[in-house]
Formats: sequence, structure tokens, C-alpha cells
Amino acid sequence: MIHNFKMFGTNISADVNSGAVHVLDDVSYDVLSAIDDLKEDKESRELPPDNDIFEKVSGKYTKDQIKEALNEIKELIEEGQIYSEDIYKEYLPLWERESQIKALCLHISHDCNLRCKYCFADTGCFGGDRSHMSSEVGKAAIDFVIRSSGKRKNIEIDFFGGEPLMNFDTVKEIIEYARKREKEADKKFRFTITTNGLLLNEERMKYINENMDNVVLSIDGRKEVNDKVRIRVDGSGSYDSILPKFMKMAELRDQDRYYVRGTFTGYNTDFSKDVLHLADLGFKQISVEPVVAPDGCGYELKEDDLEKIYGEYEALAKEYAARFDTERWFNFFHFMVDLQQGPCVAKRLSGCGSGHEYVAVTPQGEIYPCHQFVGNGDFKMGDVFNGIERTDIQDTFKNSNVYTKEKCSGCWAKFYCSGGCPANAYNFNKDINKPYEIACDLEKKRVECSLWLNAVRTGEEND
Amino acid sequence: MKHIKTINKATLKNSLKGSGCGECQTSCQSACKTSCTVANQNCLKK
Repeated sequence: MIHNFKMFGTNISADVNSGAVHVLDDVSYDVLSAIDDLKEDKESRELPPDNDIFEKVSGKYTKDQIKEALNEIKELIEEGQIYSEDIYKEYLPLWERESQIKALCLHISHDCNLRCKYCFADTGCFGGDRSHMSSEVGKAAIDFVIRSSGKRKNIEIDFFGGEPLMNFDTVKEIIEYARKREKEADKKFRFTITTNGLLLNEERMKYINENMDNVVLSIDGRKEVNDKVRIRVDGSGSYDSILPKFMKMAELRDQDRYYVRGTFTGYNTDFSKDVLHLADLGFKQISVEPVVAPDGCGYELKEDDLEKIYGEYEALAKEYAARFDTERWFNFFHFMVDLQQGPCVAKRLSGCGSGHEYVAVTPQGEIYPCHQFVGNGDFKMGDVFNGIERTDIQDTFKNSNVYTKEKCSGCWAKFYCSGGCPANAYNFNKDINKPYEIACDLEKKRVECSLWLNAVRTGEEND
Repeated sequence: MKHIKTINKATLKNSLKGSGCGECQTSCQSACKTSCTVANQNCLKK
């Protein structure tokens, strides 16, 4: 299977199964597109008769031009770089083994000092009490992940909420305990904290910078955009309070190993302005993600918004490319597809690992497949004291991959997105194997932008 | 080639060797909490 597309005058073809990406001139692009249109089975290497191909593009090019382009295409097919076979399914049994938990999302606090309108955590409490995790539960979570991670050395812990700084002493106790245990257990813990920033101060910044591998700082972009949804309990906005702290934090971390992370909603479908606002403030590591919200809430993204959002991603990609190798450069999380250094095929098939490699732990120590399932009793898997009791849930997640998702099998982007977010799939379609369509559409657009940016990087864009 | 420039070769199949060690970062731990993207993660072996 291949995916042909044009962006800013550049013709690109991605070979899905091999990961090869080509930039084509107009004649070879038209010939390859003609081949793809004529082929009944998009997965096969078999080509339609030459005469049919010639007929489909004749009038635009000379016979010699078409023949030359066709020969190059045939050579790449021979080399396994166009219409390559999908051989990965047969490898799946090799990667099947006992589940090993390697990452925890610790819900340090189910309370929050903001009341963001789009919060999937029901303004911090996940539909339950506004409670804090105790250090006993946190330490038990560390013990749980050590005994559940098998031979895996690298363990990740994300301090999440609600707002984790509302229970920061426990965060410190958990880190101290994990550091004590990692040597004897031959593990390496990497910590992340996700914060809205209101309670950041110098002392906490210092502690975080000395102890956390990654920091996620929540801000949505322009003041009016941020303050419309990221509001305090009294309804006032948070932008003016958090911005100076985040700028300082980014500088203290040498503009590395952090993200300012925002959400765009139906209120700001012109979100490229928010990304560029953050970049122009000097932030170098930026992630702005589409909201996931139910129909009718007022700020959800609708199918009617898609064309506008595609245009925004394109505008952002163009500006992003213009800033390459300049002082104004920044990194946008969803455009950072490194074609050479990307994840292995096993990871690309299996996705985020929720429910079998990555789980969320509530303040009471209950285990859920990920932070987005917390509060849904049907998905409670066990607790950190007794371990995972509902191994059926774990197996359901472990056995879900791009081949178990019918919609993914014919999708060109499957090895870039790995079948999408299971929580979104469940929330919209009540089945983790039925991806959420709008997220798929947006993901495909982002991947196209990323491939075009790779073409620009290599100097092969047609512009 | 005159008409086609390959900007990335068939790297996906090469990654079959030693695939699935699981030492890499979980995507939701980086910056993504609502939209799964995996291809922007790095392999720790490379």
C-alpha cells in the first residue's frame, strides 16, 4: 500500500509497509498515481498493464517521459520500496509475552486549583472524591511496578492529577523511595510531572529540575484563549500567573526536556496562532493537542471544523520549516517524526501500551488501563497492594494492535499512529478496537505535514 | 534516479531485528495525554 499526496507543490509518496518515503517530479507522481488508481488490490505488487498506465497519463507527457518514470517506479518496487509487502503480522507471536508494566501515571491528587472547562478528569476529581494520594500508596505503587516490570530496566513515573503540586510532599517522598529501591532492583526510574503551574515557586522548580527527566507545563497559548477555558475556581484566568513561571522553568532547563502543552478546542480552531504565540515567547518545546470532547458540549471539534484545522496544520508546517536552523526554531511534538530514529515495528503495531505496559494509579491505589479510564469501574484492574486481578482487561489491551482494528488495516497511517488512542476509541465507539474518526483524520494530516517537513529537511521539496 | 528522490529508505523492515525490547518511553509520558502518536517517539537503541 502507498499513500500519495501533494503539499506546497511537493509530490510525496509514502510506502506504508517499508517506511520508505519518496519525493517525485510531476511525471513520476502522475504515473504512480495512475498505477494506484488502476490497481484493484492496493496491497499487491502486481502492476496494471503498461498500456493502461500510458493511456491514463497520455496527453500530459511524452511517451519517453512516461517510460522513464515507469522504469524508476518498477525499480523501486523491485527493491521493496514501493508496494512492499506487509510481513509483520507473522512476527506478532514473537512479541507476545507476559505483560510487563513499565510506566505508571500516578494520580497524586484528585483535586485541582483550576476548573478547566474541557477537563476529562471532571475538573480534577475524575468523578469521585477530591482526594490526595498518601505516601504509603505511592510507595506501594513503586513496589508494584518493580515487581511487575520483569527484566525491563527503564521505568517511567508520571506525577499527574488533578494538580500534583497540591500534594508535592508526597511526590518527594515517592521519588526518595524509588531512588532508594532502584539500585537494589536494578532499575532506572525516570520521572515526569504534569502541572498547571499555579503552585510553582523557586524551591519547587529547583527540586523538579534536579529530579525530573521531563516536565509538562499546561498552557493553551494566547491569553484570551487560555483564560477562556483554563480558569480558577473563582472564574478568573490563569495566564498571567503561570506564564512567567513557565518561562523561567524553560530557561532553567536549558529549553530541553520539557513541554509547554496546550489543548485546542472548537473555540480556537485557529490554533496555529497559539502554537506560534508560545514559540514567539521563546518556548522551544511545544505540544498543542486537539481536545477530545463529547458532541454538544460547545467546544468539541466537529467534522465541519476539519478543513479549517487541516489549513492550520499546513500553515504551521510552513512557518515551522521557515524557522529551521534559525534562532526562532522550535520543536512541535506532533511534527517530530524522525524517519530514521523512530520506534521499532513492534511498538508501531502495539501503540501506547495502555492497560498492559502503562497503567494509571488513583489516590487510593486502584489500577486502571490509563488516566482516561480512571473512574470507570468496568476498567478497574486491581490495586497496587494486590496487583492486577482483572488480567482479562490486561489481555484485551495487550491483544489490541493495528491488525485487530478493522479500520486500520486499510489505512496508510497505521504505522505512524499505531491505531490511535484506545481511550478515545472506547469513549466514542465503546470499543478500544474502533478508533475515533476525527482523531484519525487529524493524525493523518499531521503525518503528511511531518513527511513534508522531512522532505524540506533533506532539501528535496519541489518549492 | 532522475524522477524520484528517496528521502527515507525501507527502514521499517530493518527495525525487525531486536524489535520490541520495550525500553523506550511510553508515548503518554512525553507530552501526549489525549492523542496517541507513536512515530514521534525515539528508539533507545539508536
